[in-house]
Amino acid sequence: MGIPVSINVNGRAVDADVDPRTLLVDFIRTHCRLTGTHVGCDTAQCGACTVHVDGRAVKSCNLLAAQANGATVLTIEGLAAANGDMHPMQAAFKECHGLQCGFCTPGMVMSACELSGKLTNPTDEQIRDALDGNICRCTGYHNIVKAVKSGLSNMQK
Amino acid sequence: MHPFELHKAASAGDAAALIVGKADGKYLAGGQSLIAAMKLRLNAPSDLIDLAAASDLKGIKSDGKTVTIGAMTTHADVAASADVQKAIPALAALAGDIGDRQIRNVGTIGGALANNDPAADYPAAVLGLGATVHTNKRAIHADEFFRGMYETALESGELITAVSFPVPQRAAYLKFKNPASRFAIIGVLAAQTPAGARVAVTGGGSGVFRVADMERALAANWSAAAITHVKVPASGLSSDLHGSAEYRAHLVGVLAQRAVAAAA
Repeated sequence: MGIPVSINVNGRAVDADVDPRTLLVDFIRTHCRLTGTHVGCDTAQCGACTVHVDGRAVKSCNLLAAQANGATVLTIEGLAAANGDMHPMQAAFKECHGLQCGFCTPGMVMSACELSGKLTNPTDEQIRDALDGNICRCTGYHNIVKAVKSGLSNMQK
Repeated sequence: MHPFELHKAASAGDAAALIVGKADGKYLAGGQSLIAAMKLRLNAPSDLIDLAAASDLKGIKSDGKTVTIGAMTTHADVAASADVQKAIPALAALAGDIGDRQIRNVGTIGGALANNDPAADYPAAVLGLGATVHTNKRAIHADEFFRGMYETALESGELITAVSFPVPQRAAYLKFKNPASRFAIIGVLAAQTPAGARVAVTGGGSGVFRVADMERALAANWSAAAITHVKVPASGLSSDLHGSAEYRAHLVGVLAQRAVAAAA
């Protein structure tokens, strides 16, 4: 039996009838056709599926779409400016080469963006602590930490 | 995931009414353990009552003697609460080290307590601080609430509405965590509370428990030295790939001493 959900995704109102079992990540990827949000582990560990729900970073593989009913969701596709200019955090990941295979990157970037306003001039240690919900299976953390530091600094400008 | 029906509750009262008559109904709080368990088909409720819109279950109140936290308050909100940081800094720190940041943004105190995972952090806080769990039917003291692995005193359909913590003179929580899951291999909360010294241990295997010998020693002398020679038996603790029962027993002693020192 379908249930109605109404979710604002990247500024667009999306209404749909979904199976109650539908996970938010499946709603985003399959229904909204926004495949930038990745499914890595599907067990709420790796954080590749991280999106913002009402401004908070959450793991969309561990949330029902129905739990986000009425909420505002921001995915990696919603970060860049309308003219295509990259978001400062995306630009920092590119500049610092904060990725190896890139699979974890959407989740890393969304998780990092949520830190803006919470961490001011963070140390490497604070950034590593704050990224506790995101796993880079390539273990490319060094440049990710550099990218997050640079991106947070640029977001304050 | 097996099929289920989803119902949205607008309030605590609404939720309690909605669950009546459901074959195997469960309340859905943050769902950070429940959804994962349902995906693995370890849990298959017939109905979920979503509490997200029940705003009467959210929020933190502090009057200097007691901190009361609504059941649907997230770990992130408890960790960031100036009231909790001021009254019971150990509780704010504990909440801020549950799982990971994304989990803390969704997971709730009520959900964590109803689930009573044997390696979860909140049970150590509730038992160690001598808190009271409030439900839609009654108030349950921590000493009566926890009944072993994933078992609590909650009856079918009973809903946790809030948890009230008496403000301790001093308290600290230390956990030795599994680096992958971030659950406690052993976590110890030591506190000097209005009701005396309390030491609560999580991660031991079959649910949170108190260490009476340590509490007696600490009541006479609140210092790490006072519990150095308290032997914690390995019997009853679990052995798994993360550590043997003997190793866990040793951790209880070490972490309890560190917690007492940190709470000095």
